[in-house]
Amino acid sequence: MLKSFFKEVGEYCLLMRKTFSRPDNWRMVLKQVPTEMVKLGVDSVGIILIISVFMGVIMTMQVVLNTENPMLPRYTTGLMLRDTYLLEFSSTIMCLLLAGKVGSNIASEIGSMRVSEQIDAMEIMGVNSANYLILPKVLGLVLFMPVLVTFCVALGLLGGAGVAQFTDLITMSDYIYGIQYAFIPFYFTQGVIKSLFFGFIISSVSSFYGYYAYGGALAVGRASTHAVVNSSVIMLLADVVLTKIMLT
Amino acid sequence: MIEVKNLHKSFDGKKILEDISAQFLSGKVNQIIGQSGSGKTVLMKSIIGLFRPEEGQVLYDGRNLVDMSGREVKRLRQEVGMLFQGSALFDSLTVLGNVMFPLEMFAKMTRKEMEERAKFCLTRVNLMPEKFGLYPGEISGGMQKRVAIARAIALNPKYLFCDEPNSGLDPVTSLVIDKLIEEITEEYNITTIVNTHDMNSIMETGAHIILIEKGHKAWEGSKDDIFTSDNKSLNDFVFASDLFKNVRKAVNNK
Repeated sequence: MLKSFFKEVGEYCLLMRKTFSRPDNWRMVLKQVPTEMVKLGVDSVGIILIISVFMGVIMTMQVVLNTENPMLPRYTTGLMLRDTYLLEFSSTIMCLLLAGKVGSNIASEIGSMRVSEQIDAMEIMGVNSANYLILPKVLGLVLFMPVLVTFCVALGLLGGAGVAQFTDLITMSDYIYGIQYAFIPFYFTQGVIKSLFFGFIISSVSSFYGYYAYGGALAVGRASTHAVVNSSVIMLLADVVLTKIMLT
Repeated sequence: MIEVKNLHKSFDGKKILEDISAQFLSGKVNQIIGQSGSGKTVLMKSIIGLFRPEEGQVLYDGRNLVDMSGREVKRLRQEVGMLFQGSALFDSLTVLGNVMFPLEMFAKMTRKEMEERAKFCLTRVNLMPEKFGLYPGEISGGMQKRVAIARAIALNPKYLFCDEPNSGLDPVTSLVIDKLIEEITEEYNITTIVNTHDMNSIMETGAHIILIEKGHKAWEGSKDDIFTSDNKSLNDFVFASDLFKNVRKAVNNK
């Protein structure tokens, strides 16, 4: 098991070296970046919108209902929601969701190209297939991550504001005061930095499993599952490391 | 010309190819034939360089592929075209986009010149201009094969590889594809290697044939030698069906 783990790590490193080598044709690779940005990033805005708003609503209600303590100031809800979104939700939780949507998409797309010999066709033409297929996906997702993080934070806080507006659980002024109270701008930067790493992990790990999906349809399915599970686990491990580095 | 010398290839200790030596002539359709699992696909992939042989040489006009650096292999591959069993067209590109792909990657041409070259190749394989804007999923299997041939010849290759070009095609379309490969080979003086077990294809275009059996070269000759050969492996393979047994009788009784 340990041997296969190291073999996989080695293969991943070699694939990344191939991916980040000088492209045969820069124009052809860069031409795909905006397309990938739309496919992997813009097309994920819908799911991010739904989840961020609803989680904002639910978390606001949970915090209000579970912190009914006269010792706690009334602005605690806004403060907790803001910091949770800035520090973890907008980066880690959102990226875990993206690993499911984007990761499986990347692994199945590249995996299908592998089993239908499209990758072999590229290699025989002399094209660096890893570079042509994977690099635009990595660049597209990583470059779009700050937009998704910003979007996620804004929508989550908007969800909380909805609770303040339409229920009597918390007043709008307490909520607004809470989300402005003791704001540390670096928390936002931290979320963005983490999301860049997570974007890289999702796109590269998923591409890796797709690229080595030898066999038929079953192999593509397996690659898709491995991509989601392993990129999620790696992301959580990276989160521990990055949080420790950035918050201490 | 491509020459293979004493080629050996095994997977996980299991020998798939043993001491294969052969010459593949330019301007001719060279066929590798044999039963499923005989090792012909491994031989073709070893010649192309997708598999690295443990022993032996693969000489492309004297240049040994096995000893080449990554950069040299890359340069050589731009002289190679390949037609895959399932066509391997890129789903995300149109028919024209597929043929333009190698040109966009490597050719130093203006976009207009690339388009002209791609259209010329597509016309050469008898594809109607109204199909140029369609995606691979929107055209028939036979048309996909033609597009794959057009893509393979876009960069004027010196070597063309075809892996079971007739698989999944009806006999009439198969014949059209076979003839097309033969015409292109002769027209551009390409060294073409076709991997097949289709008897019609062998009898139509087999200018130079190599029979592989259990990883060994069992026979070598041309389509005209087939009926007169007493090679057991060849006879077992070619005359497996009653139809071809009767054809042989008829030919020999003439």
